[in-house]
Amino acid sequence: MAIKLKTPISEEDIRKLHAGDIVYLDGTVYTGRDEVHIHALEAIEKGGKPPVDFERMVVYHCGPIMKKVGEEWTLVAAGPTTSSRMNSLEPKFIEKFRPAGIIGKGGMSQPTVDAMKKFGAVYFAITGGAAVLAAQGVKKVHGVHWFELGMPEAIWVLEAENLGPLTVGIDSHGNSLFADVNKSVQGRLGKIREKLGIA
Amino acid sequence: MITEDLVREVALDLLRRTVTRLPADVEKGLKDAFESETEEVPKMQLKAILENIKLAKDNVKPVCQDTGITIFYVSMPTGVEIDVEKAITEGVRQATKEVPLRPNAVHPMTRKNPGDNVGLRMPYFNYKFWDRDYLEITVMAKGAGSENMSKLAMLTPSQGIKGIKEFVLNEVVRASGNPCPPTIVGLGIGGSADISGKLAKEALMRPIDQPNEDPEIAKLEKELKEALNELGIGPMGLGGKTTVLGVNIEYAYCHTASLPVSLNFQCWAARRGTVQIHPDGTVKHITHEG
Ligand code: SF4
Repeated sequence: MAIKLKTPISEEDIRKLHAGDIVYLDGTVYTGRDEVHIHALEAIEKGGKPPVDFERMVVYHCGPIMKKVGEEWTLVAAGPTTSSRMNSLEPKFIEKFRPAGIIGKGGMSQPTVDAMKKFGAVYFAITGGAAVLAAQGVKKVHGVHWFELGMPEAIWVLEAENLGPLTVGIDSHGNSLFADVNKSVQGRLGKIREKLGIA
Repeated sequence: MITEDLVREVALDLLRRTVTRLPADVEKGLKDAFESETEEVPKMQLKAILENIKLAKDNVKPVCQDTGITIFYVSMPTGVEIDVEKAITEGVRQATKEVPLRPNAVHPMTRKNPGDNVGLRMPYFNYKFWDRDYLEITVMAKGAGSENMSKLAMLTPSQGIKGIKEFVLNEVVRASGNPCPPTIVGLGIGGSADISGKLAKEALMRPIDQPNEDPEIAKLEKELKEALNELGIGPMGLGGKTTVLGVNIEYAYCHTASLPVSLNFQCWAARRGTVQIHPDGTVKHITHEG
């Protein structure tokens, strides 16, 4: 059964989720990839803060295609980017900004799994490349911050409506579907090597 | 008559078709993958992919928001006196605004983004001169997610085919869910470091249902495909039966002392398109008719 959630999401609700659950999301979602992570962390180091508050909100690893129609931005396509690029920044980002969730593709490494467990956050896997489908789950673009970072790197403020399906790839209990898959892949390698004659 | 204006328009049209519709062989590969999956999680990933492809086609929207950088393969007849490169580049500019494409091309060091997908050596052109009378333009719109996982190995000749297999297996495991599997694995074997890289990409231009003409190479393609699909990485790295849609190999003779192997990943959103412009100005779409 698919679970419906709306941002901001309480820690209690996040803790109820388990790896493998299917979620559809409503509410405000912020896009943020490499540059947003770098600049947001820089901002607080210098005593400032980023233009939006990520606390209990959801950050989407996404560099969308936007089109300006009159004065309003409209979303053309909005699939996820590769989350592992943010591996080195995410644990600190989670610690400092306390988001409830991250949406992305490809999964994230152990330090992020640990941070999610500690601070009550989850990782939602959305189908990579399925950008038009994802855009259907966004009913409005509220605005943009840090546009000077470029269209893909800016913070876009999106209003999600039934964004999904999202698979809980990493839950707040230390479970990661990606780590599970990796483990079983490692287990199969021996036999595959034998078959290929390279054992 | 082949004019610059015509080439620009055709390039724009080709880009629009290419980024909003996948080639038939790839779509079929994805459908077959969906049919063969039995587990819920991978099945759902493939269902989302297929739904997305349909939505993109019906609404003429980019299949994926990463519309990539544009790499062109141009086959030139003799006697063309117009500036084909300038015309195609203009087509890329226009496509960026009108399709629209995401402005992806940046200066490699300053990271400045001109916003139109045009810069030094971008779009990138590969030329071939031939004795046919028509101009053929092929484009690959290549996203970063899969490109970033690509790799070159300078193997020693003694590592041989075993070394090649080991390299491919290790790299697909390393890349895991990052290049948006199910992927197409393009392998360029031989030549030199740079030639193998080019061949790997050219291998991706071949439809996945078309094995290499050399039966020995075709056998290796099939063997690798089957082995990689036993890994269980699955769509998006969430587990499942289909990790690769195909393995395509191209090779070139190389130095007796070396064995370069390049692996270029192509994500499921394999956007490639080919068009011909004939001397009388007729335009023939090869991959994206209609
Ligand atoms: S790897 Fe391909 S499908 Fe995935 S986000 Fe990049 S361009 Fe899109």
